[in-house]
Amino acid sequence: MKLGLVVDLDVCVGCHACAVSCKQWNTSGTTGPLTDYAPYDEDPSGVWFNRVRHFEVGDFPNSKTVNMPMSCMHCEQADCVDVCPTGASYKRAEDGIVLIDQDKCMGCNYCSWACPYGARELDRDTGTMKKCTLCVDRIYDESLNEIDRQPSCVITCPAHARHFGDFDDPNSNVSTLVRERGGHQLMPELGYSPTNHYLPPRIMKPQQTAETPRKSLISSVKDWVNQSVAR
Amino acid sequence: MHPAFSVIAFTVSSGAGFGLYMLLVMAHVFGFLTMERGTIITATILAMVLIIAGLLSSTQHLANPKNAWRAFFRFRTSWLSREGVFAVLFFPFAMLYLLGVFLSDTGSIGFFTKLMGLFGVMLAFATLFSQGMIYGCLKTIKQWNTPLTPTNYILLAFATGALLFNLLLAMNGHESLGMMGGITLGLIFIAMIAKGIYYFWIRTPSSSSINTATGFARGKVRLLDVGHTAGTFLTEEFGYKTAKGQLNILKVVVFACGFFIPFLLTTFMVVGASAAVFSALLAFVVAMVGITAERWLFFAEARHVVNLYHGAQRT
Ligand code: SF4
Ligand code: SF4
Repeated sequence: MKLGLVVDLDVCVGCHACAVSCKQWNTSGTTGPLTDYAPYDEDPSGVWFNRVRHFEVGDFPNSKTVNMPMSCMHCEQADCVDVCPTGASYKRAEDGIVLIDQDKCMGCNYCSWACPYGARELDRDTGTMKKCTLCVDRIYDESLNEIDRQPSCVITCPAHARHFGDFDDPNSNVSTLVRERGGHQLMPELGYSPTNHYLPPRIMKPQQTAETPRKSLISSVKDWVNQSVAR
Repeated sequence: MHPAFSVIAFTVSSGAGFGLYMLLVMAHVFGFLTMERGTIITATILAMVLIIAGLLSSTQHLANPKNAWRAFFRFRTSWLSREGVFAVLFFPFAMLYLLGVFLSDTGSIGFFTKLMGLFGVMLAFATLFSQGMIYGCLKTIKQWNTPLTPTNYILLAFATGALLFNLLLAMNGHESLGMMGGITLGLIFIAMIAKGIYYFWIRTPSSSSINTATGFARGKVRLLDVGHTAGTFLTEEFGYKTAKGQLNILKVVVFACGFFIPFLLTTFMVVGASAAVFSALLAFVVAMVGITAERWLFFAEARHVVNLYHGAQRT
């Protein structure tokens, strides 16, 4: 199995619900807590597994806002695992999930340097590295209903922009989406072969907003007359 | 990249230590310098002290040092692990060599001690190479991902080690100072050329851009909002920025203090032997300042690709 996510950039509205629900679920999960430093102060900071960035693609009027949630891509060629000197970072053979053993990590930050996607964050409180677990403590939990055996972010997304599945199975929901919608990976040139894919926005006709077409001479004269009469 | 003082101190100090050890043992074993037993013993101990000081300083940057002992177990894949293993393996051989010299009364040693010394040299070299590869193997940082990185680490270790060796020889009023001085000049010169090539090379941008990072290759992509309202681990660790002017000033410091002044002082030491100790000391101290600046720049100029998600157009 090769488990991962597909994020539909066409429908993601950038609400950060996935990031918040991830934080809520995982702070009491296997690699929790996701420590917050000074949460009620002027300069709050803390550990997140999922962060949403907002981009503008293209130039007005052919531009589009693209919201891009990013978490661990569970790369096939995960250099973060290779560089880890303690063996705390590992990739599971059975489903490809990349995890960090909190009991082995020495907090050297090296793996976070090797990750191109900013998926790994050090928890200053516990002194260990933390990252997305693909909700490994939930997707196999047989006490949950079948529908709930998915990562927290996927269930939460109000726009249904997130999909979870097995990329090894060519007929799975995620493989089909990637095939039909031309899903792509981020920074493929680095060769990490990330499992997570992103579906590009559908191409639409640009909608006219600010600029309106030039008026004809007759209608300009009419407007002018109307204005003068009203005065 | 954020320059961590503990890591800079580690590489500078252990580099000089390994460089000194390698030059000393090769000079001794192959006999191209004649030295007294006392000089050899002092130099070996000094080298080991520098390396230990460096190793201790490197553990300072660990957030969870109680697990540091586990760092030796991923030798097969991790350069950081390899560096640790080589550095630790170095000590028994260096100790045996030291013991051999200590037990001899004139400093002339037998085959076994020579062999131990040379094994130490190989391990010192392997440690320095691994140290460079820790940075060199990262595909995420173009400014590091080059064979020039380990090359520079090794060459600078030799150059600083040679300067320190000169100082010790000068303090003992040695007649082979001229020979070692000549070798030092050569080492400084090669290190300077390699560093110059590196600075020239890192000016070309990497293949990753905001377009490949987001996957939109057909149009202009700009960041509208980073999504966080305060600093994060990522901005602290990777978002380090210095003014261009400051970087250029530091480059002048690197070339002046790291290479130029030590080169002149060493020449002076070889020619005008009267103030040899003073010149050698000054050369070493000035070089340490220059090489610290060089290490600081090595971090400050490295741009991690994650910055593409924080507004950079290229790295
Ligand atoms: S996204 Fe980063 S942390 Fe996750 S597997 Fe890839 S390299 Fe490792
Ligand atoms: S921070 Fe922890 S998981 Fe990351 S490389 Fe260091 S020991 Fe491994």
